[in-house]
Amino acid sequence: MDLNTITEVVRRPSERPSADWHEGDAWLAGGTWLYSTEQPDLRRLIDLTALRWEPLVPTGDGLEISATCTIRDLYAFPRPQGWTAAHLFRTSCEAFLSSFKVWNAATVGGNICMSLPAGPMITLTVALEARYELWAPDGSVRFVDALDFVTGDHRNVLAPGEILRRVTVPEHALRKRTAHRRFSLTRLGRSTVFLVGTQRLGADDLLLTVTAGTTRPVRIAFDSLPDARTLRRSIDAVPADVWFADPNGTPDHRRHLTRHFAEEIRRELTAGDLA
Amino acid sequence: MNYIVNGKEFDREPAPGQCLRTFLRELGHFGVKKGCDAGDCGACTVWLDGTPVHSCITPAFRADGRDVTTIEGLGRPGAPHPMQRQFEDAPGFQCGFCTAGMIMTSATFTEDQKADLPRALKGNLCRCTGYRAIEDAVKGVRAVETAAPGKAVGASVGAPAGHDVVTGHAEFTMDTHIDGMLHLKVLHSPHAHARIRSVDKSAALAVPGVQRVYTWEDVPRKRFNTAIHTDHLVDPDDTFILDDMVRFAGQRVAAVLADTVGAAEEGCRRLVVEYEVLPAVFDPEAAMADGAPQLHGCDDPFVRDPVHNILVELHSHIGDVDAGFAAADVIHEGTYFSPRVQHAHLETHGAIAWMEDGRLNVRTSSQSPSIAKVKLEYLFALRPDRVRVFCKRVGGGFGGKQEVIAEDLVALATLDTGRPSCLEYTREEEFTTASPRHPMTLTVKLGAKADGTLTAFQVRNVSNTGAYGNHGGETVYAGGAAVMIYRCPNKRYDAYSVYTNTVPSGALRGYGMTQPAFAVESAMDELARALHLGPLELRRRNIVRPGEPLVALHDGPDDVIFTEDGLAPCIDLVGKALARTAGRPPPGPEWLVGVGVASSLHETAPPTEHLSEAWVTLGDDLLYELAVGTVEFGEGTSTAHVQIAADQLGTTPSRIRLVQSDTDRTGFDTGAFASAGLFVAGNAVLRAAGAVRDRILEFAAAHTGVHVVMCTMDDDGVVCGDRRVSLAELVALARARGIRFTAARKAYGSPRSVTSNTQGFRVAVHRVTGEIRILYSVQAADAGVIINPAQVRGQIEGGVAQGIGFALTENHHLDDSGVMVNPNFRNYRIPTYADIPRTEVLLVGSADSVGPMRAKGMAECCINPVAPALANAVHDATGVRYRALPLTPERVYGRLPAEQSVSTG
Repeated sequence: MDLNTITEVVRRPSERPSADWHEGDAWLAGGTWLYSTEQPDLRRLIDLTALRWEPLVPTGDGLEISATCTIRDLYAFPRPQGWTAAHLFRTSCEAFLSSFKVWNAATVGGNICMSLPAGPMITLTVALEARYELWAPDGSVRFVDALDFVTGDHRNVLAPGEILRRVTVPEHALRKRTAHRRFSLTRLGRSTVFLVGTQRLGADDLLLTVTAGTTRPVRIAFDSLPDARTLRRSIDAVPADVWFADPNGTPDHRRHLTRHFAEEIRRELTAGDLA
Repeated sequence: MNYIVNGKEFDREPAPGQCLRTFLRELGHFGVKKGCDAGDCGACTVWLDGTPVHSCITPAFRADGRDVTTIEGLGRPGAPHPMQRQFEDAPGFQCGFCTAGMIMTSATFTEDQKADLPRALKGNLCRCTGYRAIEDAVKGVRAVETAAPGKAVGASVGAPAGHDVVTGHAEFTMDTHIDGMLHLKVLHSPHAHARIRSVDKSAALAVPGVQRVYTWEDVPRKRFNTAIHTDHLVDPDDTFILDDMVRFAGQRVAAVLADTVGAAEEGCRRLVVEYEVLPAVFDPEAAMADGAPQLHGCDDPFVRDPVHNILVELHSHIGDVDAGFAAADVIHEGTYFSPRVQHAHLETHGAIAWMEDGRLNVRTSSQSPSIAKVKLEYLFALRPDRVRVFCKRVGGGFGGKQEVIAEDLVALATLDTGRPSCLEYTREEEFTTASPRHPMTLTVKLGAKADGTLTAFQVRNVSNTGAYGNHGGETVYAGGAAVMIYRCPNKRYDAYSVYTNTVPSGALRGYGMTQPAFAVESAMDELARALHLGPLELRRRNIVRPGEPLVALHDGPDDVIFTEDGLAPCIDLVGKALARTAGRPPPGPEWLVGVGVASSLHETAPPTEHLSEAWVTLGDDLLYELAVGTVEFGEGTSTAHVQIAADQLGTTPSRIRLVQSDTDRTGFDTGAFASAGLFVAGNAVLRAAGAVRDRILEFAAAHTGVHVVMCTMDDDGVVCGDRRVSLAELVALARARGIRFTAARKAYGSPRSVTSNTQGFRVAVHRVTGEIRILYSVQAADAGVIINPAQVRGQIEGGVAQGIGFALTENHHLDDSGVMVNPNFRNYRIPTYADIPRTEVLLVGSADSVGPMRAKGMAECCINPVAPALANAVHDATGVRYRALPLTPERVYGRLPAEQSVSTG
């Protein structure tokens, strides 16, 4: 929709755009959320896509995903040999409520910074133990664990004017086995719960990421595969107020689904080839 | 900057925060539609360098230097793109409002995407078709036929506007530009119940571009009702254009008129309103209790009991229900709830007004320009000849546009300023302020003999009319249809239509019958279980049969012609279809499978006054001009009217030029609702066309000296005995004598006929998650003589799909203060392609209709059995009865049995 309070778009921002940030500004990436709802408090948009950040950069240690990498580019990323977990890229893209048309513009960073419980790029990057690089207006850079970035529904650790520059996914996570489950109230709807389990090749650990059903991502880690009772107890230990209430699910149902799907993931990773 | 749209360069610059959708429309590309303005519906899909995007969430400046393609540039009229042709030929549309987006999306599909349409089409919403027709279009399946002269009825001819729809040239309400047009935006109440103490306009008026601010002090102090009926006395006069009392969160507080939408929005934000917040009540039972907050005074004697917020109360007793229950072997009683749901027509409400030669012109998105005109005349004390109201193509209605909720404000602004003005609803305003379906709670008590014969039938219906009484009374009367369907000597129907501090309810497909059908058809299923009878068998034993009275609210004379049994064959067909498809395996071991059925029956026109007039004229261009007031919004009456006229005149639809829905150019028409567009207006068309035919034949007979019984219409000529005279010759001869072949005829919505149907579902319910999957869907319907098979199928499929949405996916959430929390398509989930199964449509031929060509309107009735058939199937699968809709997984899972058997522990 038209954002009628916007008086200026910075289409050629500086390489370090944070320095010029002030109240009423918003970072513009794909714009697919920003333009989807009224933004009466905004006056200026700063177009980060103009910085032409390289979307996907494989490095010796893993993969760097720029905040402005589109969902389309992520979906099309050719999975290198041995990066077994990279199939989650496609799975997570398909978890979007929105269609492939929106993927043509929507970005990985935009989804993360929106910080909705159902944000699948949050699920993906938390499950793959990613780290986010944040640029502050004063020129400083800090790194946060993906798990710690989202703090609640539509809330995160970004300070005013801070930018998510890139997401770094470590190679060891990309080489893990994975299992995932997703549920939505309609067939291809927004996630009610979205769970990912990962496991080191040849090991029997379990790193369970619980999202969408919780106001922030929840990670439950086991050095060795738990039994069903232990797994369930660990889910029941999630504080009650973390289970999310919105039109896409109720807290009770989400906890119930999480128990059910976590167990399915546990079994899948138990049954798998541990070689 | 450099903008290239459809190969043409534009030097105009967008505003900084403008989205591509509105920019393209400003440049004249009105094929780019607004369904949601939030990226959810896909109606605005265009291509950027060949890549499809939702233009409403695309910053306009991003099109700089790139090639933009809209529906108008994909192909041209006469030279459409193959996908446009496929959508025309399928036909892959009803109202046509989503069509441009569907085509712009589908035309980019890879083979992989065509093989996975649920995913490929998940960003495109259609509320009309139920998606089967869209799938056919994408796959190139053709249903449109061409008809031989005089053979149009019974053929699946295409809609008259089909080519314009698929090429993006069909004009909808807001698809026009008027120089100097002003824009209205409305400030809505944040409170569910409050008195407006004051409105300080000064800051708003200081906003550059703001022309006026209207509050309750600036409007005619005349109470009216927004509901559209010919007889306005069937609704209470309880509403002002703007009021100093607000009775629901979302009600209009003020309207700001400005040069731009942005200035009007800013004006709204700058208004300072002082409210005296009052206690609010949201539940109708609580509203009827002593001491509840009172919403309305007692100004209109129509209101039964203002102290207890009761708008209408009905108590109908036939026979002796107590004796009936005493004589029963089995009694079942249950309370069933149908919630508030929204039409979600893709085109939001909107209207444009301007003055021309001292007359008020209003272009609007309505199901009845004739009644909208009458209301404006009343509100603004205008002589009838000083007002014109008309509709272009309307983007879906489903009853939502049987309401005057936009025209009053544009008329106010234009009469005040003399300038053109417009008001376009946002999607959020549709959800929070436009009239949804009445929430109804029904307690049904049934008594039966062991053989299933009903001995007593008692229904108590408490309906939530919301803050105003639009359609509040008529819908509870209409609820009697669910009581009428079964023969029983002892019936009792008590109904209450109750004011609460919630959005005013209104007309919606099935109009007051859908909710009671859910209750009664669920209760019948439960009764069948208690009796150990099959649910189809219980129905067969009790349905009304021809010759028996249709008894709902009174046992007396009626105007319904009911001489053929359409319902029993529907029940039998569905029974056979379910048996034929039984035995298919469930989706997996965790799924429980069951079947359910439900039936419905109702009259083919409303009990209130319903009138229509049609004019047919053979023009000098030798085309017949058919002028009829009925609006086209996807219900397909235009196609049917043209078919009826062509049939009567022995010609083809291509020789009929339709003029419609314009009070300056057509006669009075109550409107396209209550299935009357076909039944009533169709009869007017039939008679007018027949009259013109008779005049032509008589003239030809006189001219040739051949007796008129030997004369027949022959496309563009008349055959008189062994001689053929062309229409050209006859028109020339007639013109020389000052004669024109023209006729007007009126039709009235009485007597009426009966239409009926039965729905069957086979569902699987996941015993852990609560997910419901429809494995098989079938509806059998008595639509009388079929005028257009493809359209009838499409209406039923669309009605079933909408019914599935209401039952399985849609949920209107209010917070504790009565404010809707999910007023958007992202969180109020109308079905997508992926959510809707194919429905097998089986038609029962009957010939007892008094409609045109013995046809019956069936676009409404088809929705009524959907929810109960689903609930009955879920009960059959799980053993659990769900008596409250919607059946969404989080509401289903907790009561499911045997979860332990797949325990995770």
